[in-house]
Amino acid sequence: MRKPSARLRLKTRVLTSVVVGANVLGNVSLSLGLKNRVLAFTPAAVLEVLWNPWVTLGVALLILWLLSRMALLSWADLSYVLPVTSIGYVLTVIFGKVFLLEQVSTLRWLGVLLITAGVALVGATPLRTVRRRRRKAQAP
Amino acid sequence: MKWALVAVIVAATTAAELMQSHAMKHHGEIRDFRPGALGGVLSRLFRNRFILASVALLAVSFCAFLALLSVAELSFAVPATALSYVLETILAKYVLKERVGRRRWLGAGLVAAGVFLIAL
Repeated sequence: MRKPSARLRLKTRVLTSVVVGANVLGNVSLSLGLKNRVLAFTPAAVLEVLWNPWVTLGVALLILWLLSRMALLSWADLSYVLPVTSIGYVLTVIFGKVFLLEQVSTLRWLGVLLITAGVALVGATPLRTVRRRRRKAQAP
Repeated sequence: MKWALVAVIVAATTAAELMQSHAMKHHGEIRDFRPGALGGVLSRLFRNRFILASVALLAVSFCAFLALLSVAELSFAVPATALSYVLETILAKYVLKERVGRRRWLGAGLVAAGVFLIAL
């Protein structure tokens, strides 16, 4: 298997950052908007929740997350994208510790360590191990 | 009830992400990130039945996750997502024919274990 070009590696890093950033910030804004609310599934209640600016921002960020991850999957393996983007869990813990002053237990730090090690391992494997079925014209 | 919801979440997420990955592999690498080109890609993708089915399944999974949060704690709900990492890696190998080597297995396992610990 040919090594992916430096260009593809860089593109993957940039897009992975977008995927992870949108996911983490999207979850943070959703939780800010939904905190201390009782969820009800009537249309009026859903509309009222969606009206909250934090929830709107959260939903927009999660749409960005979905679309950027689809773009990433257009050239990278699912078994690569899934573990690598899980660095978001680590960022969420650190975000909670630094900005929300949450207590982080030793067990949680151990979890952070395991995820980081897993991401580093998978990050060193080839991006794509399947040949594309349809080849598009190469851009000049 | 809790486990039934976990089963729905894991099954829906796994199926959705496999279909998404399949459709995007078929589409091929996105190279042009200008807005016009991306709009064209989007309008094509959202007529693809695999993408439509995967978005519908993700919505099912999201609603089931909210329902799970109403009957269980977050510390029970999050490890459920760790389960889908392992399942999806297995299916990526056998259904999508990705080559999952030792490093990738080990990495996916470490991530799943880590997610489990974080949720404790």
